[in-house]
Amino acid sequence: MMTKIAFVRKKEIPPSAPPITEVGLIGWLRQNLFSSWLNSILTVLSVYFIVVILWDFIPWAYGGHWNTKSLRECLDLDPDVACFSVLTARWKQLLFGLYPAEEYWRPTLTFIFLLLAIVPILFPRFFRFFWFSIIYPGLAVWLLWGGSFWSISIVYIGLTLGALFFLSLIRRYLKNYMVAAILAFLFTAVFLLFISNPLVGLLNVILPISLPFVESLKMGGFTLSLIVGVTGIVASFPIGILLALGRQSNLPVIKMICVGFIEFIRGVPLITLLFVASVLLNYFLPPGTNFDIVLRVVIMVTLFSAAYMAEVIRGGLAGLPLGQHEASASLGLTYWQSQRLIIMPQALKISIPGIVNTFIGLFKDTTLVSIISLRDPVGLASTIRADQKWNGIYWELYVAIGLMFFIFCWGMSQYSQYLERKLKTDK
Amino acid sequence: MKKLFLGVLTALAMAAGGTFAGTLDDVKARGNLLCGVSTGAPGFATVDDSGKDVGFDVDYCRALAAAIFGDPMAVKFVGLTSAVRFTALAAGEVDILARNTTWTYSRDTDLKQTFLGVNYYDGQGFMVKKELGVKSTTELDGATVCIQVGTTTELNLADYFKENGMSYEPVPTADNAESQQQYLAGACDTYTTDASALHGTRVNLENPDDHLVLPEIISKEPLGPLVRHGDDNWADIGRWVLNALVIAEEKGITKGNIDSWKDTKDAEIHRLLGTGDDDILAMVGLPKNAMYNAIKAGGNYGEIFENNLGATSGINIERGVNASWTKGGILYSPPFR
Repeated sequence: MMTKIAFVRKKEIPPSAPPITEVGLIGWLRQNLFSSWLNSILTVLSVYFIVVILWDFIPWAYGGHWNTKSLRECLDLDPDVACFSVLTARWKQLLFGLYPAEEYWRPTLTFIFLLLAIVPILFPRFFRFFWFSIIYPGLAVWLLWGGSFWSISIVYIGLTLGALFFLSLIRRYLKNYMVAAILAFLFTAVFLLFISNPLVGLLNVILPISLPFVESLKMGGFTLSLIVGVTGIVASFPIGILLALGRQSNLPVIKMICVGFIEFIRGVPLITLLFVASVLLNYFLPPGTNFDIVLRVVIMVTLFSAAYMAEVIRGGLAGLPLGQHEASASLGLTYWQSQRLIIMPQALKISIPGIVNTFIGLFKDTTLVSIISLRDPVGLASTIRADQKWNGIYWELYVAIGLMFFIFCWGMSQYSQYLERKLKTDK
Repeated sequence: MKKLFLGVLTALAMAAGGTFAGTLDDVKARGNLLCGVSTGAPGFATVDDSGKDVGFDVDYCRALAAAIFGDPMAVKFVGLTSAVRFTALAAGEVDILARNTTWTYSRDTDLKQTFLGVNYYDGQGFMVKKELGVKSTTELDGATVCIQVGTTTELNLADYFKENGMSYEPVPTADNAESQQQYLAGACDTYTTDASALHGTRVNLENPDDHLVLPEIISKEPLGPLVRHGDDNWADIGRWVLNALVIAEEKGITKGNIDSWKDTKDAEIHRLLGTGDDDILAMVGLPKNAMYNAIKAGGNYGEIFENNLGATSGINIERGVNASWTKGGILYSPPFR
């Protein structure tokens, strides 16, 4: 006789919907914005401020004038909205400075090539195109400043010959790297100092390739920011690594030089170094020497950034367990092998946020050059305002300049986050 | 021995001073003039929408280039901020500095520069809202004043109010832009800076007619071009090109009618335009028709003023003291003979 069982559930009870306060929009709001009374107050305040700002900003920006001839015309039409006409009239200057209008294609092409040249560096799967990144600096200098194609390529020819000379030396005759390097250096120097000039002259006659020369006085706008920023970033990175290694070196002279350099540069504001570049150097150089102002500024910015970079990388080096050094030594690796294969890859990975931080800071610091009269976007803003047609325009120009800087800096920060995710080995 | 030592010192000093001695030759060899101007001063120097250098100081340098080369375009403009202007001149980065610079004793002597004259008599003025009902600075007792800190204008303001037994309440600002914003927001009754800047600012306010630049000027700011110590011939050239522009206005020689003076009885005009027999410009190493070219470049002083600062420019500064002495101003050139 079967026991009478009133009810047996054959199927699982379907899960009931979670409480409405825990999921969906409301749940998200509760968890993220109103999780405690303090958070609720902060949320309400933030929303209030955002609304207040956008309440004014959106109608101001959305209804802005784009096609008037002057600020006066804007004000007569509707004084309460933005006068973006200044950007319509001057966007080319903000991008290219005073670069001759018929040559605008040159900085544009330089910028496109820049994007192509950094791809092999940023993404390893395109590393086979690294040769382009190597020829890019010379190409950029030639495109931007112009002049004879050969006077730039001769430097590359000289360096290539020097490298070949070095390789053949150590392969055939010498086992001593140091002596071979010194000989190769002398060979390259002799080539560049004595042989290159007549050779360039000859090449110019045989196959004249040249662009109209554009002097540094004409460089400006975002072109200038990028010239200074990108060169500073690219050059300061290897110098920073060497300085960081030098600071940890066991050779007292090298260590002293590196520490002295780093501490001196870090103890001086960038603007002081820029004044030295702009003003003081001219007193030391013989009169009539034309030491290009952009080059002077780039050197100073690079040195400044390199000192900070060295400290960031030293932080990464300090973060490595001592065992890594010892392990690489016990494998029989030389100093440079262990740096290249064991130490640096790990140290640099730890330092990525700091490195990118320094890069972004450097890029934004390029606006300081406006104080020593270079026409970067900020310097141009005051030049533009000195035109009576646009005298009195502030917000529109600064919003546009800020937006352009934001795009570059945000891009750099996004890349660094991508790189950190990609290199993440510890779970 | 002492004599020898002194002799060596003198020789060294001369060598040092002689570095820049032949500025005219250097300029001629280079093929263009390097003129230091402001990176942006309304009316005085800026670049227009097409990237061309324009302004009152720019036109002076074009006249100078025209005098030397016969070509007003044979000049490169080097934009200089106030922080680097004097060192750029001293270091030889520019041949002449025409950068709305006030002529003062210490700049003339201590900084070892030679001012070539005054091309614009500026001075500190005040702007008020018309609704305030003030017609003169003497009625500003007790006013709140927007003032740029750390400038000579701040000191002038204190002196002026003290002299006239008036009191004021300063509202400190960082620059002209902030002064303007504070003034418009009603933080101060009046704001003060150089009168030329006040006029330029007023024209582009939302309702210019609601604002008034008071007629009184409370300080002397004589602006002029300058060169390094040590090359008097070069200073003479710059000075007399400036004078030539002033004389041209005095005599009624304009860009348009400059070719119609060949039969004039006025000997000074013949000397100036090089249409007479004597070639006095050879004394400074310029061609006979140098001043003709200089005036032809941008017109006489009055025309340059009108185009860059006056009604044509939109800044609408009145000539005032900058009118020729024949018209009640203080602009006066020594005779050209």
